[in-house]
Amino acid sequence: MGTNSNTLVKLKNAGYQQNDKWLVKGVSLEVEKGKIVTLIGPNGSGKSTTAKIALGIYKKFDGEVEKYTNKIGYVPQKVSIDWTLPLRVRDFMVLTESLKEEAIDEALSLTGVVHLKHKNLGNLSGGEFQRVLLARAISKKPELLVLDEPVQGVDFTGEIALYELIKKISEELNCGILLISHDLHTVMSATDHVVCLNGHVCCSGSPSDVAKNNEYKALFGEQAAQTLSIYEHNHDHVHSNEGEIKKN
Amino acid sequence: MFDDFFIRALVAGIGVAFVTGPLGCFVVWRRLSYFGDTLAHSALLGVTMAYSFEFNIAISVFIISSVIALILIQLQRKTNLPGDALLGLLAHSSLAVGLVVIGFLTFIRFDIMGLLFGDILAVTVNDLIIIWAGGALILLVLKLIWKPLFASTVNYELAEAEGLNPDRAKAIFTILMAAIIAISIKMVGLLLITGMLIIPAAMARNISDTPQKMVLFSIIGGLLSVIIGLFSSLEFNTASGPSIITASLVLFILSLLKIKQSIQLKN
Repeated sequence: MGTNSNTLVKLKNAGYQQNDKWLVKGVSLEVEKGKIVTLIGPNGSGKSTTAKIALGIYKKFDGEVEKYTNKIGYVPQKVSIDWTLPLRVRDFMVLTESLKEEAIDEALSLTGVVHLKHKNLGNLSGGEFQRVLLARAISKKPELLVLDEPVQGVDFTGEIALYELIKKISEELNCGILLISHDLHTVMSATDHVVCLNGHVCCSGSPSDVAKNNEYKALFGEQAAQTLSIYEHNHDHVHSNEGEIKKN
Repeated sequence: MFDDFFIRALVAGIGVAFVTGPLGCFVVWRRLSYFGDTLAHSALLGVTMAYSFEFNIAISVFIISSVIALILIQLQRKTNLPGDALLGLLAHSSLAVGLVVIGFLTFIRFDIMGLLFGDILAVTVNDLIIIWAGGALILLVLKLIWKPLFASTVNYELAEAEGLNPDRAKAIFTILMAAIIAISIKMVGLLLITGMLIIPAAMARNISDTPQKMVLFSIIGGLLSVIIGLFSSLEFNTASGPSIITASLVLFILSLLKIKQSIQLKN
């Protein structure tokens, strides 16, 4: 993994610990222009933590992070907005960057929520809010998009459309995308590089490589293809409550 | 024209209201009411320091309040005590130390009531210069940090991830809070400054649907409170600070009628 001029962000052996417990450790990955890198793994495996290390939200991390862009769009997994603020969708769209009215409309149209422009942010449904979050992240035409479960709460047909949109954006803007997703179908069809996390990198590579990987097979299995959401982790090691790795 | 003490008070109050309007919105949005209180309480210590060393009150209060704010940030990082306990600790201990120091300053006649609740007679032409120059500076700095401060008020992680440096904006905002307390202490008094920050902003929240409108109405509310409050304080011979805050309370109650109205419209 040599650094080239297309690299947007690069993690080398990155880790983060909170209250003396490692949330994630030894992660190396690289996001390049026009490429989609997807993080998969069970709950608490450190996917969001990895994204936050890459974004610079966590400052006291282990390892190295090299970032080659400041034009970043972020869709966090959880957004808690305080409703003591009177905030319309339009106000939210220009939160981190001033935009022309057309640019706001264009982004909101892409995610199908332009009709909500003047609505109060607090009155949106979960799915609508998610679409606004995505619209805001892409509206500033970023070089790097970090999407943490970007379609949660969106209805099934909308989900497919939004994933297609994400793929299209990566091609049109030639931006790099770090995607965190539970949906393995999407991961396998649209991604250039997959990283499977469970407190550390279990396996990584192109989707076809990862699919052939024994650990991946053990992870997702043939049965799991039908029941994607309840996949089990069967590794050559187990994780203790403290996050330490014990070999079987 | 500034010979008349009442005109001076009015000009000073208007200057203060222009600054407390937008700052107050952030105090409400960021839930900093008790933080404002703590800084205001520590202002007494600043005033006593000013008297002890024959120093300008506004500058002395600004320095002490900034120091208290820095101590608070350090304590938050290094102890496991909850934020409100730390605020209470600093607010009351700095108030107490301030009062103890006053006890030692027997050579000065101290108008403690004026300090606590504001005194329009005390406003000098010098104070006017400090209020308007200081106020203009505070507003200018607030305008410069508006984007990162507002974005991180809405969501810290978005602001940080997208490169707006919210920690720096927060530190600068803290200093602005110390500054507004320093320049408005003579007008409103240290026990009521937070009221001047919160009540017009709270009133504005009731009648606004965008952040910009809330800031605008908060300024208007503050201006009306100062004008109504000072005229009634002249009329009824009441202390200036409490009269201004009472006026702002009346405006807040009126704004509740608007909420009631819009609920009825929806039904």
